[in-house]
Amino acid sequence: MRLHQIAHCRTGDKGNISNISVIAYDSTDFPLLADILTPDHIKHCLQGIANGAVERYELPQLGALNFVLHNALGGGVTRSLALDAHGKCLASAMLDIEIPGR
Amino acid sequence: MKTLRIGTGAGFAGDRIEPAVELARHGNLDYLVFECLAERTIALAQQAKMQNPQAGFDPLLERRMRAVLPVCYQNKTRIISNMGAANPEIAGQRTLEIARELGLQGLRIAIVCGDDVHDQIVHDKFALMETGQTLADLAKPVISANAYLGAGPIVRALADGADIVLTGRVADPAMFLAPLIHEFGWAMDDWQKLGRGTLVGHLLECGGQISGGYYADPGIKDVPDIANLGFPLAEVQENGNATITKVAGTGGVVSVATCSEQLLYEVHNPAAYLQPDVIADFSNVTMVQDGPDRVNISGGNGHARTGTLKVSVGYVDSFVGEGQISYAGANCVARGRLALDIVDQRLKMTGVNCLETRGDLIGLDAILGRYDGDTSQIPEIRARFVGRTATMADAKRIGEEVESLYLNGPAAGGGVTQSARQIVGIVSGLIDQSRVTPTITFLKA
Repeated sequence: MRLHQIAHCRTGDKGNISNISVIAYDSTDFPLLADILTPDHIKHCLQGIANGAVERYELPQLGALNFVLHNALGGGVTRSLALDAHGKCLASAMLDIEIPGR
Repeated sequence: MKTLRIGTGAGFAGDRIEPAVELARHGNLDYLVFECLAERTIALAQQAKMQNPQAGFDPLLERRMRAVLPVCYQNKTRIISNMGAANPEIAGQRTLEIARELGLQGLRIAIVCGDDVHDQIVHDKFALMETGQTLADLAKPVISANAYLGAGPIVRALADGADIVLTGRVADPAMFLAPLIHEFGWAMDDWQKLGRGTLVGHLLECGGQISGGYYADPGIKDVPDIANLGFPLAEVQENGNATITKVAGTGGVVSVATCSEQLLYEVHNPAAYLQPDVIADFSNVTMVQDGPDRVNISGGNGHARTGTLKVSVGYVDSFVGEGQISYAGANCVARGRLALDIVDQRLKMTGVNCLETRGDLIGLDAILGRYDGDTSQIPEIRARFVGRTATMADAKRIGEEVESLYLNGPAAGGGVTQSARQIVGIVSGLIDQSRVTPTITFLKA
């Protein structure tokens, strides 16, 4: 199953840093997400995008994780040559991650 | 217990105007806030002002004011906005003229300036957060330097009777926090309340994003009547707890899910959201659905402010040239790749100096990177070549080489477009709060 089935995401940008929230529809799925979506796993799944450090913050009461991806936006929105210079589409890329064990 | 009603009339410079009018008419609002400055907007506005001293404020200010001023005047709804951008004085003048034209007598317009710190930092060794270098190391022409002001000057303007407050660069949530401080008499060191007010501001600042805009994913996250998306409002209590809602009958949805997405939007550490007035702490926020399109928010907190203000510096960085061409039908992906390779080679052969280039096949791998799977069933592709250059002349050469693919490239390419533009770079640093002096002036209609 893909993450898309149990969670939703939104991307934000600040300079060359992208943040992607991952929010479980059902907060009982939060421990599963917290278990699988480690910073290392995100860095692996978003290869070529997560070029720098990946930090993770947890908000269990909202069933939410917040990932902060450094050096992920080609220098930032004004300098980036990418078509999606804000990295807005990265939320959907995140939702393609495969979630095993369900 | 007193409850204050604050609505969002715009979440970005180009936002729709009709939902703001709807909200002003039927939201029973005390305050209507228009947030119209993105990170780079003020640098572009500063460039516009350099060319024309009467320009440099929000291009939609006049249309917005014409649309909402009569109804806000009638309903005694006060307006707060950063539509002043690089030129709050002229924005105030224009607003005054429109108010007079509409016969709205007695309106008091406050203009908040002092965010422009260009002269303070341009000659000093201003440290940049991105690189650890100083502004001098950058060795590029500086266009603008604006500090993110806090709620203080807006609170003072409201206390002095402003019906409309127009600012330049102000921290986005501060525009929503200010009326709460003013109306509830919150102390400027009541960190918990300042944190909660900042939370309300952060939730509201992107307008329709919390009422179902930027949320719809058909079949998974359906948003009713999204064409008629309503803008949000918050009912805020004296203790800073709030309910997010929207005008009944408008499209969209306010749910725990939309509010959760907005809570983390452009936030890094949720426990330390750095603002000029407070370090807001969203880490223990809870949300409860309290009926259709009503979400109760509680648990926001805050800690003592840092004493520094973030400064956003705009500078002339370089140029970007781009060309695009489409290929369709059999073997289109291979022809698209060949086209990109040809342009890359020809730019090198003819001495066009690109600092950085990128080739994308739009519809295949332009967003997430190179795709090497089966491409035999792809019906069409658009090849895009883009590069960063030191001169405008080199930037233009990129689009020209893409256009020349017509007679010198793969078979059956079509629909070439090309563009070249100057890049305004943005860097930031911190300035001590004591070095920034906000000023307030009043105009009366």
